[in-house]
Amino acid sequence: MKIVFAAATSLAVLAAQVPYERIVRAAAEPQNWLTYSGNYLGHRFSPLKQLTPENVSRLKVAWVYQFELGRTEVTPIVVDGVMYLTSPNRVAAVDARTGRDLWSWTRPVPRDLQTIGFGRVNRGVAVLGDIVYVGTLDAYLVALDARSGAVRWQTKVGDYKLGICITAAPLAVNGKVVIGIAGGEAGVRGFVDAYDAQSGKQAWRLWTVPTLGEPGVETWAGESWRSGAGTTWVTGSYDPDSGLIYWGTGNPGPDWNGDARSGDNLYTCSVLAIDAATGKLKWHFQFTPHDTHDWDATQVPVLVDAVVRGKTRKVLATANRNGFYYLLDRASGEFLHGAQYAKQTWAKGLDDRGRPIVIPGTEPSEGGTLVWPSLQGATNWFSPSYSPLTRMFYVAVREMGAYYYKTEAKFEPGRWFGGGGERRLPDDQLWGAVRALDVHTGKLRWEFKLKSPSWAGVMSTAGGLVFGGSDEGNFYALDAAGGKPLWEFQTGGPIAANPISYAVDGKQYVAIPAERAFFVFGL
Amino acid sequence: MKLLWLAVCAAAALAQTKTPLQTPEDVARGRRLFESQCTGCHGQTAEGGRGPNLRQARLRRVTDDASLFDVIQDGIPGTEMPGMWYLSEREVRQVAGYLRDIARTPVAAVSGDAAHGRELFEGKGGCLSCHIAAGRGVAAGPDLSDIGARRSVAHLRESLTAPAATTPEGFLLVDAVASGRPVSGVRVNEDTFTIQIRDAAGRFHSFRKSSLSSLKRRVGESSMPSYSGKLAAAEIDDLVAYLAGLRGEP
Repeated sequence: MKIVFAAATSLAVLAAQVPYERIVRAAAEPQNWLTYSGNYLGHRFSPLKQLTPENVSRLKVAWVYQFELGRTEVTPIVVDGVMYLTSPNRVAAVDARTGRDLWSWTRPVPRDLQTIGFGRVNRGVAVLGDIVYVGTLDAYLVALDARSGAVRWQTKVGDYKLGICITAAPLAVNGKVVIGIAGGEAGVRGFVDAYDAQSGKQAWRLWTVPTLGEPGVETWAGESWRSGAGTTWVTGSYDPDSGLIYWGTGNPGPDWNGDARSGDNLYTCSVLAIDAATGKLKWHFQFTPHDTHDWDATQVPVLVDAVVRGKTRKVLATANRNGFYYLLDRASGEFLHGAQYAKQTWAKGLDDRGRPIVIPGTEPSEGGTLVWPSLQGATNWFSPSYSPLTRMFYVAVREMGAYYYKTEAKFEPGRWFGGGGERRLPDDQLWGAVRALDVHTGKLRWEFKLKSPSWAGVMSTAGGLVFGGSDEGNFYALDAAGGKPLWEFQTGGPIAANPISYAVDGKQYVAIPAERAFFVFGL
Repeated sequence: MKLLWLAVCAAAALAQTKTPLQTPEDVARGRRLFESQCTGCHGQTAEGGRGPNLRQARLRRVTDDASLFDVIQDGIPGTEMPGMWYLSEREVRQVAGYLRDIARTPVAAVSGDAAHGRELFEGKGGCLSCHIAAGRGVAAGPDLSDIGARRSVAHLRESLTAPAATTPEGFLLVDAVASGRPVSGVRVNEDTFTIQIRDAAGRFHSFRKSSLSSLKRRVGESSMPSYSGKLAAAEIDDLVAYLAGLRGEP
């Protein structure tokens, strides 16, 4: 029984400790995927090189995992041959070789729970030490023993009856677990929280909308800050050198009717630089002041070194939902550069400080106002990718316009608080693309066109590939240098998730969820 | 904000009161909302277009106040009717109030002879060679078995006299050339890498788009011929009357 014994020994070490330092040095162990974006810097780049433009056409399905519920958006975490998958209020540890369950944990979803403005999804776990962390739809942060799934602690983050839910994967940093919330269409007041990784006690809370007496509250007319939203529903990035967390915030409430909240509405549609130790706001940058188009700035911030006007700077790069690509100094938040990367009809451009020069008459109206991009944005929550080898920023783009409507908005806790919406153009007038931007300038290097606007993110690899997904179910590989399609597989369901790559026993795999199935491919 | 259809479900589940609001102010507001957001399909006066005539006492999907509210707010899954998920509960009830108000003044019935229309449909018009109605015919064009419930009289008339003006969704004509061989037909499906085409004989063709030497999309074209020179005006009236009576299975 030599084979069984060998398998048993490898399972016995499956839940090896993941100290903070291992995640900091994630690039040194490319066989694992230790944090949401693959590394703290938000790159979604795999250093694995086994799959290349030459051999990727031979990729085959290795195994498939099926979830009980539809539409899966999970980014799995892979640690030493064990993969952690989630669906709403459920975590499963599975054997990364075969897809077989090792343990699973579930927490009942309250019968009266409403997800107001978003789907019933979960985007994954974080690991730190011997613990796996997950947020739940009923707004608990839960710590599970990595070997068994047993609960170590459960902490209430917010009240789901107000519309607060957790869909994002937590971010585990040095001794703390950071989490954001969804619920912007219920007019909740947004925050980013950190909890002690061992005890589950709250370490700090940073409100994304200031209260009376705090700077920024003057950017809200009257009492409108109380239902100001600015939710934090996508996992941020982290710079271990400076100890700063970068986390994006969502739309102001109500989304499409800004009449009662005149002002810039800080800190909505912004990126926040937060001291991980204290939760203090170091700086903010607002992409879309007084947003009325639902252009959340929750895209994963990408931390890179870029050459700006001849000087190498430590920057935060992001392709925002509003159609512009930005480079910000990540120590100070200073706007360094901006460039349009998708069709937009709402701004003449950005001024010297990065503020949009808004074209009058582009706000939602009773009769409908046609604007690009649509409320789903030029891109959305799904991840971009950065390859340090090609120096390109890869982003899945939605080329889609819509008629924006403004309707009445009355705030009631736990109820829909939108104040409008959109009617999209006919399907054959919409399309999508994966675009490769020069990371320093945002200039287009290549484009791969998609039939429909994408809901899937991208991942680049050291082997020279970019993986992505389509709304029609295509999972595909592109040449990272030139964008040429090299391989494609029809998964049979829309892809609304981000790819990852990992290796077991020296063999590289790529993985993607499609609707309710999770696919793993290898040579 | 990401998945709007779930917002719809959430808002629908929360709605407690679904009765139409029918004060003159509510009806006027409902009319303004209707005119800004519904007339593209249902026509400026709600007498129908691409969508059905709403100036009638009985609507197929509406059995009571609650179902009227739900159809406006959530749309009708599997059809072209989208939900007006972004209206407030009060606004939905105001639109419902306007629809109840106009239902009291239904439009005049069609004038043609439906029995004669059926003869034309099955005989001289040759319609069954491209359409299925009540289980008979050929499925090259849209199934017409319930077309009278889904399209207005004006739209039916236009489809007969100027069919290219309103080509139905799902019937985009494409011309592909694969290995020097031309294939034309209706695009039945497409993704980023592949396309599926049904030709006039009903055969399915599947291609990788990268293997095609050309792929032309005939946007705004229809394979349906115009009947304006082929049938007399009275015959078109009769055909419209027959089509307007096709309401599908009860």
